Amino acid sequence: MEIFEHDIYHSKYYLVFEFGVYLCCNFVARKNFGLILFVFDRSLEKQTLSEKLMFQEVKALINKEVKLEWRQKYALNGMLLYIVSTVYICYLSFKLKTNELKPITWNTLFWIILLFTAVNSIAKSFQQEKHGRLLYYYTLASPEGIILSKIIYNSLLMLVLSLAGFGFYAIVMGNPVGDISLYLGSIILGAVGFSSTLTMIAGIASKADNSSTLMAILSFPVIIPILLLLLKVSKNALDGLDRGSSADEVFTLLAIDLIVVVLSVILFPYLWKS
Amino acid sequence: MKNWWKILSVVLLMYVMIMGFLGEVPRQPILNESVRNLYFHVTMWFSMMALLITSVWYSVKYLRNPLEEYDDKAVEFAYTGILFGVLGLITGSLWARFTWGAWWTNDPKLNSVAIGMLIYFAYIILRGSFQDELQRGRISAVYNIFAFVIFMVLIWILPRMTDSLHPGNGGNPGFKPMDTKGTMQIVFRPAIVGWILLGVWITTLRLRLKKLERIQKEL
Repeated sequence: MEIFEHDIYHSKYYLVFEFGVYLCCNFVARKNFGLILFVFDRSLEKQTLSEKLMFQEVKALINKEVKLEWRQKYALNGMLLYIVSTVYICYLSFKLKTNELKPITWNTLFWIILLFTAVNSIAKSFQQEKHGRLLYYYTLASPEGIILSKIIYNSLLMLVLSLAGFGFYAIVMGNPVGDISLYLGSIILGAVGFSSTLTMIAGIASKADNSSTLMAILSFPVIIPILLLLLKVSKNALDGLDRGSSADEVFTLLAIDLIVVVLSVILFPYLWKS
Repeated sequence: MKNWWKILSVVLLMYVMIMGFLGEVPRQPILNESVRNLYFHVTMWFSMMALLITSVWYSVKYLRNPLEEYDDKAVEFAYTGILFGVLGLITGSLWARFTWGAWWTNDPKLNSVAIGMLIYFAYIILRGSFQDELQRGRISAVYNIFAFVIFMVLIWILPRMTDSLHPGNGGNPGFKPMDTKGTMQIVFRPAIVGWILLGVWITTLRLRLKKLERIQKEL
């Protein structure tokens, strides 16, 4: 009986990757959707027209999101102020004795701040736009293009917010990080992971009536696997451990990010229709 | 005989009850007689997985072809899956009390399943927040598929990355070496089938009830 065996899982990462690759291949084969191939191999000359159009569409949509954000700067500034004031509240709550803070508390606090910032800033990605305008996009763009552009744009937004947040956090709370480049790497992985998961959840929540409550209860349990892995990687970076000891986690995080993005692209068209 | 599987379920579970409590089990320190919980705790997870996979299967079918029937099946299989998950947590908690010394330990498998249950409770709340049936069906199907994949990551991958108190993890031996005579396997395997069939039975009963309620509403 297999379940009694001890070591059938020695290939645990293989399982994740195989699943991701399977989903990708399935999707490419089914929809002739060459964007994933396109990203991996830009020298591929035999692009069909639809692939080129897809790429242009995503580019145009990201452009639109950035312009929209830039025109109404209060939203971006609001999020920046949100993260800065949260960090400052934490700083004051510890009664300024931040040098007595243990590294594990320092790390966990930072990620929880990032989590709440991510939930708040990504929740608005579907609520911000008016119903009429969404209908207008519906006639213009493909759903795959829309979800990909939203994911990429939210990743960029989260990257800006979390790097700014990290800078300010390090200034007021002290910076005990041993391996700074790995820590920044984990922040980048976190920004991509949070935004890809939360964009899909925001799309689901925006369809319901009490979407802000729903956003929280739908997203928190779903985000936990990513958060746990991030905490582990960043704790390793904080302690300045050998890079090899966090390779497993980084690998798994990349696989989860990939799976979530592919799943979102597959499932979003059904959400978009309604 | 289209109800043969219901009879099979009853027969198998009777056999499991009798053999589970009276049959021969290997004598082990710490575990002692509590090893019998294998038939009731581990099988819950098998049944939960089977029911949740069926639920996702119907969600995928619903997205391809939005029939009310598929949506009903997806949600009812998910409900029964949640029931088995909660029962698994309860039996596990009982077992942990008498072998590890506490009702709840900070074990990665326990935490993962607890979070998994939160994901599925969120699924129920999501369903509750829609009035329009077509929209409710489609959006909850999308969430069901999305949540299922994350749940798989939670229970199959994350616990393998840390030590666990569970057998077969973190250097603990599995059950196989101690069950040399195979006396537990001949109860364990029928138990899996019996519990899964019981889960399907509960689900079909609920589905019939739902159908009747719908007819009553229309009258």
